[in-house]
Amino acid sequence: MRQRAAAILSCTLALVAGSGASAYAKKKAIAQNKLFQKQLAADQKILQALNRLTFGPRPGDAQAVKALGLKKWIDRQLHPESIPENPILEEKLKTLETLRMSGPELVSNYPTPQMVRQMVNGQLPFPTDPDRKRMLTKLMEKYEERQKAGAGAGADAAKPSPMPPARGLADLLDGKTLRTFRQGNPQQRLEAFQALPREKQEEVLEAMPGQIRQALLTVAPAELRRRFEMAAGPQQMVARDLVEGKLLRAVYSDRQLDEVLTDFWYNHFNVYLDKGADRYLVTPYEREAIRPHVLGKFKDLLTATAKSPAMLFYLDNWQSVGPDAPRAGRGIPKAAKKGTRGLNENYGRELLELHTLGVDGGYTQADVTEAARCFTGWTILQPQRGGEFVFNARVHDNGEKTFLGVKIPAGGGITDGEKVLDIVAHHPSTARFISTKLAQRFVADEPPATLVDRMAAAFIKTDGDLRAVMKVMLESKEFFSQGSYRAKLKSPLEVVASAVRAVNGDVTYAFPLANQVTQLGQPLYRKAEPTGYSNHSKEWLNSGGLLARMNFAVQLADNKVPGVKVDAAKAARPEDPVAGIAIGSPEFQKR
Amino acid sequence: MPTRRFFLRDSALAMVGVGASPLWLERALYAGDAPGARKKILVAIFQRGAADGLNIVVPHGDPAYYDLRPTIAIPRPTADPAKKDDAAIDLDGFFGLNPALASLKGLFDQKHLAIVDAVGSPDPTRSHFDAQDYMESGTPGRKATQDGWMNRALPPAVGKPSAVRAVSLGPVLPRAMRGHTPAIAMQTIDSFQVRNAQAGMQFEQAYAATKDPMLQAAGRETFEAVALLQSIQKKAYTPAAGAEYPRGRFGQSLLQIAQLIKSDVGVEMAFADIGGWDHHVNELGPRPSEGVLANLLREYGQALAAFWADMGDRMSDVVVVSMSEFGRTAKENGNRGTDHGHANSMFIMGGDVKGGKVYGKWPGLQKEQLYEGRDLALTTDFRDVLGELVSRHLGNPSLKTVFPGYEPHILGLV
Repeated sequence: MRQRAAAILSCTLALVAGSGASAYAKKKAIAQNKLFQKQLAADQKILQALNRLTFGPRPGDAQAVKALGLKKWIDRQLHPESIPENPILEEKLKTLETLRMSGPELVSNYPTPQMVRQMVNGQLPFPTDPDRKRMLTKLMEKYEERQKAGAGAGADAAKPSPMPPARGLADLLDGKTLRTFRQGNPQQRLEAFQALPREKQEEVLEAMPGQIRQALLTVAPAELRRRFEMAAGPQQMVARDLVEGKLLRAVYSDRQLDEVLTDFWYNHFNVYLDKGADRYLVTPYEREAIRPHVLGKFKDLLTATAKSPAMLFYLDNWQSVGPDAPRAGRGIPKAAKKGTRGLNENYGRELLELHTLGVDGGYTQADVTEAARCFTGWTILQPQRGGEFVFNARVHDNGEKTFLGVKIPAGGGITDGEKVLDIVAHHPSTARFISTKLAQRFVADEPPATLVDRMAAAFIKTDGDLRAVMKVMLESKEFFSQGSYRAKLKSPLEVVASAVRAVNGDVTYAFPLANQVTQLGQPLYRKAEPTGYSNHSKEWLNSGGLLARMNFAVQLADNKVPGVKVDAAKAARPEDPVAGIAIGSPEFQKR
Repeated sequence: MPTRRFFLRDSALAMVGVGASPLWLERALYAGDAPGARKKILVAIFQRGAADGLNIVVPHGDPAYYDLRPTIAIPRPTADPAKKDDAAIDLDGFFGLNPALASLKGLFDQKHLAIVDAVGSPDPTRSHFDAQDYMESGTPGRKATQDGWMNRALPPAVGKPSAVRAVSLGPVLPRAMRGHTPAIAMQTIDSFQVRNAQAGMQFEQAYAATKDPMLQAAGRETFEAVALLQSIQKKAYTPAAGAEYPRGRFGQSLLQIAQLIKSDVGVEMAFADIGGWDHHVNELGPRPSEGVLANLLREYGQALAAFWADMGDRMSDVVVVSMSEFGRTAKENGNRGTDHGHANSMFIMGGDVKGGKVYGKWPGLQKEQLYEGRDLALTTDFRDVLGELVSRHLGNPSLKTVFPGYEPHILGLV
């Protein structure tokens, strides 16, 4: 009996493992295709568009789209310049001044301790703002003191430190203020701090223990908060502003599709913020290489990334030198950094695999090497000072190359790399790869082939006009079908932004929200691998992530996420005793 | 006491290991394992970014290695005290460990650490993404595979299996663990809960009731695991034997895996990863014992050594295996780094591991011996290593399901 049951079971297993599996998959695919033909009801269409073209609907959005007309609303989103930006957003972005600075400006205004030292030693110019100069000089003194104290302790622990101990709060404040700082709530501490004269504030700020400073951050007005954060280290401000800006735009921008696409394309052309000089290069990269082109020509977008200091640094191309270049090998002067002597394939490979053709796009190892040769000499002027793209003919491999079967004659200089970009930007594999990726983000994890075909055809016909490709997708029956309706799991950024939007939260300080996105598994601008995050739902489906989403929901509704004010009543459903259940529910995880 | 059951099982497995086993036999073999009984455990580590095997397990006996890497080779082992700390630590007269892995030398000498060299995936891809995907799916060259090798390698469950049979430390569930058998991902043991108990109950009901099959299943697995881990979360954990895990995510991941295993909640399979191995530029610092590779190796080695010390006797149930998607070019590139290559090395650590030996056949580094004229050639398939651990250590004889289309060759590692 037992044996017989086992035999039947093993037969069944064999069936599943063998031909049965493909038959099952086929059947499932047919069923799925039918769903992509079934059209949604009018109200569902509006929700579908809001869920995919925005970071989630706010209360009243569906009615507004209905009043305007869905087609017209989509058309506006496809022309973001026609939408006046939300004044609330512009106000909130005002204090994030690094978002508007060039690379060199960022480096000089928000330097690392090493750079400050160079400024003090006269090797680097100070920023022109006298306040900034004073602050940096002070920071330097503090830094040196700490260094000396550390060195003294290490060298001879028995001897007393040559430096006087740093002044504590007790030396600076009267009894009443001191008590408030030690025992008061954050609001009371803030008031006590603001009552101090400004010169005193600076001293107190320096003496303040880190914990008290952190607690004050969440209640301080934006400008004061910046002063707090600067005291902790100016170089951190650049990264802080980036993630805060991203959250604020996702929540508040009225040009929502523009934001969604900037997120998509940054991720496609991913750069890791924490890789050396990229700390300062990513801000202008997103602003100038990505954002202006998300609804433009793919070739322009690609070229902007290829010539961006951020990408050149991230994928090492700035150090790649042609083996036969005039300056390669022995000819290199000693002054040149060791390590700039030969070919580096990193960018050449990722350009083909991740940015354009796709891994199955029909290229070989030889094409990777040839592409890398073409890009030798594409480098950065002073990468550590904010950088600027420059073509250095002296490290370029000037020999003949053959890339994807196309002969690139010797002596082409910078045009070699441009030729490669031109070939891949117009390649049918690129049209297909980009269309598939867009459809996976906007339509379904396994997008219907018929739709991808039409998008790829539009890509080729319009010379890679991304707006035209988007239009084909957003007007398709597949987009507005049951097959794609609520079929995608939200990414952590989408969960956090859509939750704040759904409850009309007021974001006064976005950094804690960005931390939530990290907790949920998606540190912003910090995907180390060039692949970026996957657009597939599977990326985010796991137990730890699910629990983090539930905890975030309860915290948000309970007003426990610092920097966001929520009307708890709005976050609750009448049938739920705990606010936030709706946001943590399975339904809310999908879009 | 080696019971009759175990004896039966081992010999029967030896028999069935070669072919398809009748299911009744498999069942009978596992049926004796009472729930809560100690099971064999496999811990897999992924070094993401393609670690430079040639500078980790250094072939100092092959002069071609030094010709190919004029500025980033690890010097030959030496007794000279002034140079010792920057030279390879000899293992067998031909291979040596990177000096930053000094923490593992003792384990190798005690024969608890084995190394396989010139090993990897036979697929020619040099794409990080594809190569990791193939290694985790266990099916090189086949993209359609839905699940991962670790998920398929879990022995068939008897009775109600533990909700934490398969655990990954990190924010996402790795490809290797995805599949039909529930597997969970957690950033930390402590964060694996809904902090508001009432909300937790509400969520549990909501996920049980949802019509979305994907989220319903994920919710069920999650809440079962939450219930199981509650008791552990209340206790503070101190590693045994004064083991000191390095700071950083990887060390903390191994610490928590140790904690989970020692708590006897039914872990059979665990996963952790450590990234940052993609060293295209300045792989070595001013000295070989400094720089990006050395720092990462120190963290890696110290974490493994701490895990070994912390686990103590329990290592008799555990095997740790570590892999990376491919190796790096045999020749250094133009920036004192290396580009994407082919074969690599793997580390296997455990109480029952036949260590103290570098396994595999050395293919040589002469131009004509290199894969495609540039990379270390492959002489051992990574599935040989994993297959042996799955069949001989975990005792799962169904290798045809775990590595479809491939018949692993047994190296004799355990």
